[in-house]
Amino acid sequence: MNSSSPQVVRRNSKNPQPSYPSRLIQKRLNGVGRYTLLILILIFATFPFFWTLAIALTDKGAGGGTSIYDFPASLFPKHITFNNFVEVYQSFSLGKYILNSVSITLLSIVGTLLVSVLAAYPLARFKFPGDKWIFGTIVATLVLPSETNFIVNTLTLQKLHLLGTHLGVVLPTLATAFGIFLMRQAFLSVPQALLEAARLDGASEMRILFGIMLPLTLPSLAALGIFTLVTSWNAYFWPMLVLSSTPDLAPLSVAVLKLKGQFNYDPFNIAAGSLIMMLPILLIFMFAQRFFMRGLDGAVK
Amino acid sequence: MKPSANTTLLAYTFLAPALILLTVFTFYPMLYGAYLGFTEYGGMRFAQGLAPKFIGLDNFRTLAGDDLFWTGIKNSLRYLLVVPVLQLASLAVAVLVNKQIPGIAFFRGAYYIPVVTSISLAAVMWEWVYNKDGTLNWLLERLHIIGAGQGPSWLGNEATALYAVMFVTFWRGFGYYMVLYLAGLQSIPAELEEAATLDGATPWQLFWKITVPMMRPTILLCSLLSTIAALRSLEEIVVLTNGGPLNSTYTSLMYVYNKAFQGFNFDYGMASAAGLVVAAFGLILSFLNFRFFRDNGAQS
Repeated sequence: MNSSSPQVVRRNSKNPQPSYPSRLIQKRLNGVGRYTLLILILIFATFPFFWTLAIALTDKGAGGGTSIYDFPASLFPKHITFNNFVEVYQSFSLGKYILNSVSITLLSIVGTLLVSVLAAYPLARFKFPGDKWIFGTIVATLVLPSETNFIVNTLTLQKLHLLGTHLGVVLPTLATAFGIFLMRQAFLSVPQALLEAARLDGASEMRILFGIMLPLTLPSLAALGIFTLVTSWNAYFWPMLVLSSTPDLAPLSVAVLKLKGQFNYDPFNIAAGSLIMMLPILLIFMFAQRFFMRGLDGAVK
Repeated sequence: MKPSANTTLLAYTFLAPALILLTVFTFYPMLYGAYLGFTEYGGMRFAQGLAPKFIGLDNFRTLAGDDLFWTGIKNSLRYLLVVPVLQLASLAVAVLVNKQIPGIAFFRGAYYIPVVTSISLAAVMWEWVYNKDGTLNWLLERLHIIGAGQGPSWLGNEATALYAVMFVTFWRGFGYYMVLYLAGLQSIPAELEEAATLDGATPWQLFWKITVPMMRPTILLCSLLSTIAALRSLEEIVVLTNGGPLNSTYTSLMYVYNKAFQGFNFDYGMASAAGLVVAAFGLILSFLNFRFFRDNGAQS
């Protein structure tokens, strides 16, 4: 802070008066260049969504023989309609898949929060034989090879009679090093004096955890909940594998692709279905952007 | 606090759900999967309820002679090309958005949207983009890069399919790494860049001589994450091309997946053996990543 003001003076004294306007112009140009780049990248990142939105809103009844590849008309639909949304909802019983997605996602969030919180509390606040070893083991899961776990896990689920159930999709994903580590860091930041006082008052550890620790670490809980929500709502491969024999239990992410795989599919309906699936994620992202944009600091470090 | 028997019991009670789940669904599959790689455990044995039979290195011998497996390894290694491109681009974008100008939060947020997009939606949208009549060819025609109707079906052509899938990985990844790099950039002291600017450094020099060296730890982390992800690429392939056309996008994990789950000839033994080979490649690549960035760091 202190060093910045002398530098400004130095910079001005180094550049004599006549060059000042050109400097200003150069700065403007830099600004224009930066925004041009920013907008180009913006188009690259979001273009597929806007085209999908345009397709979903297109009135396929109007004008006869509408194609999604009719550029640039298909990017700017003349007749806007919400019929595609209604149609895909009714004809593909989208409601069923939405319920499946909600069920899987809720189970994941509740389970992940519970398992992570319970495991993180003793790791952050207790000293007991084996504590370092257990923490090291949990962190090690981050780097150990896991590319073929899905094979054995489907065999295990089959033995437990959980293959083809939502519980089977969720169970293997609940205990993660990320969740436990995130909550452990949060618990570490709670002042020790608060815990001592509660213990002196005779509060049980359960009470301390749920009555004192959790209210004080709500931001971390919210972050973990939101990450779990997005991951679980979007997951494709594992739910597809576990629910391959029970297609009626499939979540939206699996159903949308199955829709597309159907012979003679209607792209307008698929676009509408895709947007229905994306909408909750977009809303949550808009309201909870800071959790993502902080780059998981604290968790990654 | 001195550990008492009571505390220990309580600690393990709290830890029990996580430890049980990790044991059953993370550690056990790793060990049992490794064992399966040395066994015969095909569809017949499985259907008859027989246990896997230990056969030593036989699966690996079969793998060595299986052209499809080598196609998978080759494509997985080609997939790694996405790593340097993705990392450099993400770092560059992070530098671009690392300036407090009006609207910058909006741009950062928008760049992150592909990261929170499900792979199945990405597949739906990008198949339209890559279609022979899709937006990519339309754009290329408009820019007079290709003639009318000459554009390929990008996912249906064996010369382009793998790169088209890699590009979707790039699209879904750059916002994620941008955020990680942004956190790293904000830890570079501003004085350093100011001093270099005063000495007449161009933005290009600034990027290569100051930003990149200062960001080495973050670059190591990101390229490590991205290398492992690229080597394990399977989801993108399954949803976009399913290994085709003519196995041009058939990756090593695709081989594992196909051996384990496709058709009546499924073979958990072979699938696990192939998985072990991929894991070995992953370890080697992680080690190389470390060596490359650590040694370069030591020199400068």
